[in-house]
Amino acid sequence: MKYDTVIGLEVHCELKTQTKCFCGCKNNFGDQPNSNCCPVCLGFPGALPVLNQKAVEYAIMAGLAFNCSINNNTVFERKNYFYPDLSKAYQISQLEKPLCVNGYVEINVNGKTKKIRLNRIHLEEDAGKLIHDGIGGTVVDYNRGGVPLIEIVTEPDITSAEEAVAFLETLKNTIAYTGISDVKMEEGSLRCDVNLSVKPAGSEVLGTRTEMKNLNSFKAVYRAINYEQKRQIEEIEDGHKIIQETLRWDDSIGETKSMRSKEDSQDYRYFPDPDLLPVYISDEEINKIKSKLPKLPTELKAEYVGYGLSDYDASLLTESKEISDYFNEVLEKVNQPKLVANFIINETLRKLKEEENKIEANRMAELLILINNNEISTTAGKQVFEEMWKTGKDAKTLVEELGLKQLNNDDEIKKLVLDAISNFPQSVADYKSGKTSAIGFLVGQVMKNSKGKANPQKVNEMLKAELEK
Amino acid sequence: MDYTKLSILEVAKLLREKKVTSEELTKQVLENIKQKENLHALNFVCEEYALNKAKEVDKLFSENKELPLLAGIPITIKDNINIKGLKTTCSSKFLSNFVAPYSATIIENLEKNYAVIVGKNNMDEFAMGSSTENSAFFTTPNPHNTEYVSGGSSGGSACAVAANLGFASVGTDTGGSVRQPASLCGVVGLKPTYGLVSRYGIVAFASSLDQAGPLTKTVKDSALMLNVLSGYDEKEETSSKHIKEDYMQSFKGNVKGIKIGIVKEFFGEGLNEEVKNAILKVKDFYESKGAEIVELSMPFVLSALACYYVLSSAEAASNLSRFDGVKYGVSVSDAKNINDLYLKNRSQGFGKEVKRRIMLGNYVLSSGYYDAYYKKAKKVQRKLVEEFNEVFEKCDVLLTPTSPSTAFKIGEKSNNPLSMYLSDVYTVPVNIAELPAISVPCGVDSKGLPIGMQLIGKKFSEKTLFNVADVYDSSREEK
Repeated sequence: MKYDTVIGLEVHCELKTQTKCFCGCKNNFGDQPNSNCCPVCLGFPGALPVLNQKAVEYAIMAGLAFNCSINNNTVFERKNYFYPDLSKAYQISQLEKPLCVNGYVEINVNGKTKKIRLNRIHLEEDAGKLIHDGIGGTVVDYNRGGVPLIEIVTEPDITSAEEAVAFLETLKNTIAYTGISDVKMEEGSLRCDVNLSVKPAGSEVLGTRTEMKNLNSFKAVYRAINYEQKRQIEEIEDGHKIIQETLRWDDSIGETKSMRSKEDSQDYRYFPDPDLLPVYISDEEINKIKSKLPKLPTELKAEYVGYGLSDYDASLLTESKEISDYFNEVLEKVNQPKLVANFIINETLRKLKEEENKIEANRMAELLILINNNEISTTAGKQVFEEMWKTGKDAKTLVEELGLKQLNNDDEIKKLVLDAISNFPQSVADYKSGKTSAIGFLVGQVMKNSKGKANPQKVNEMLKAELEK
Repeated sequence: MDYTKLSILEVAKLLREKKVTSEELTKQVLENIKQKENLHALNFVCEEYALNKAKEVDKLFSENKELPLLAGIPITIKDNINIKGLKTTCSSKFLSNFVAPYSATIIENLEKNYAVIVGKNNMDEFAMGSSTENSAFFTTPNPHNTEYVSGGSSGGSACAVAANLGFASVGTDTGGSVRQPASLCGVVGLKPTYGLVSRYGIVAFASSLDQAGPLTKTVKDSALMLNVLSGYDEKEETSSKHIKEDYMQSFKGNVKGIKIGIVKEFFGEGLNEEVKNAILKVKDFYESKGAEIVELSMPFVLSALACYYVLSSAEAASNLSRFDGVKYGVSVSDAKNINDLYLKNRSQGFGKEVKRRIMLGNYVLSSGYYDAYYKKAKKVQRKLVEEFNEVFEKCDVLLTPTSPSTAFKIGEKSNNPLSMYLSDVYTVPVNIAELPAISVPCGVDSKGLPIGMQLIGKKFSEKTLFNVADVYDSSREEK
């Protein structure tokens, strides 16, 4: 039998505000444990929360980036449960009136675009971090407790591991463009839970779902989905029922383990937090936030296509904010989109696979200006690029040092052309007999003899002129 | 001379005339506390802290510095309000070792006004109760007759003021916890409009209802205290941005043109005859002074009690969840795992009434019951607010009894929570509707136990309340 897989994701993303969500403590990853804490985020008796407006603004930015409608009236609620990393024994979160609802993320899988609908994006506070010290004890670092977090919940629109990863990549990239989060999975500022069920192909009835946690990389998400859909199908084929439960993905052995079943699931006893006022956000404020939103990858891509770049090239240049910022900066100085795009895609991106960018935008622009002004050839430009990367010297110095200045002098080129014609009579004969492609060989010879410095356009023109005499 | 029987305003004058020093006042109060240790009005005394403060203030007085009226006046504080470096126990075993790492905003306000804090008052554990019998440490009896209760939850505060163990106290009132003990002990107790006095640093019971307020000997002292306690606090979202008023400017000395509402539901079944007659006498007094009496009805007002126990318990259950013994508080050493730790710490740390409220609160919030209880109570709350709005279109203040009876005997109601809850039936609606109200002594019953009347006002009408209350209070002093 054939099966359909139905997947919904819950993505948690920490917001990069200066201070925590409900107190003035610093929001900074990697500080000395329990150094960024106060009576409020430690849940001391009598302490009260005050909402960080910046966190609200960032959450709205996320909502706008993913095409959500923003609720003008939003309420914070308490999610009550006991756990040592939760200092108040309740998490301030949102249930009934989240900040953002009904958005979507457009993803691209195998050349096809697909809309993944978002149910909601709400704002909440993070819990502290439990550290198992290895001696048998567990200690808590409350630095993370109270850090603002958005939870992005999709509709069950995802049907495969490929789509899930494409969704996460697009999501991560878009959030990075907004600047509201570091979106680093390795630091925990981006976390993802997967809800998955399978059903007979085409069936309208959803199967029983499981929830997978502890997915610490996109690769883990990919593997876990493939593992879990296979496991569920096998269970069903064997005549077993799927149990609704929370599973923990163990990446080292590539399997899921049961954490708790639905029967053990908690009643969180949500109710509106009486310490916090309902938040009203006017359309005016929403528009103000919208105007602050930087250009997103989809917008930039369309802009680049408008410059005459191919769809594919435009996609490559908007794969990260770092790249498109770099492209934009270089382009500002060298207004030749194709030249700049080709160089960044073919040279810079190739290098970036292994190391950090070593050539600042203004230095890159200097190099490309030399090419654009025909002071050096593109081939020579590539050589200069390599040397710039290696030595950190600037383009002009290297052109001098390497003697790569383009040969534009007509007399000198003519001499090289005539040499080639007299040295390769066979090619000349071929050309004259109608095999015009033979000119390529002759151009190559001239270029070779000029050590790549001759202006190829001029070589071409002069060769043609001589051959047709 | 014994200065401790005087009001704040009276001793403030003597301090300025250099007839007495703050140190002398403080020593007399400390001596009274020692003499009346059997009242258990205080959980602990901070003698050194108080005397140092008093000497500091005396030095300023000797330099002829102009100081606020409260400067140098010894007072006590309910033990659920944080004072940095001192214990905040909430009269609970769980917090019996807890030292506050920061001060409540109102403590900072009191300190800015050079008040001399001498100790912290006993109370019902976590402010849950109406008799202080729920204190984990001891019961505070009524200073007028120690076989009777002092009321609660701010029983220690009311007893301390009535027994001259400090010139005032600051209590907290979630459903009547300032007014009811004030009434039972024969002192003045104010519950300000919700949001007028900062809650920051006060251990929360029911966040949407909690409000700190002063217990004093006179209405004028109450106004003086509110001047110090009130004001917007940016550390609290629910703090009101209401303009800062000078409550000492409330007193006109007459009630001419004031409309006083008498709501019949506050005089129905369950009200003690002696109390009823005392309140009706007050009504006659006001009428004789030129106030207009308006007879009114509020059919839903007494359903506030049910509404209150749903809402306050729900919030309390959540607020008290943080007491797990992981970060502070008393914690067992023999826990087998984290759940065992929670179970043992909370089972051993909390008393019976606190557990009852936690269970009730979690029940009304649990899935399947939330709509029937919590949401419904919220609806009832809106209805009550409407009812109050309607009657306040017809009058300026309401006159009611503070509690249906005078003080009851210790142990009399401790096994009957419902009858205990009923002693707050007239005070609870005020918290539910976020209104201000003041309890003022208005005589004694045949056993010599004090009776209290309650005046309820519109939101932020404290000045009107103080004026109306003072017209009666001043005439009482003259008698």
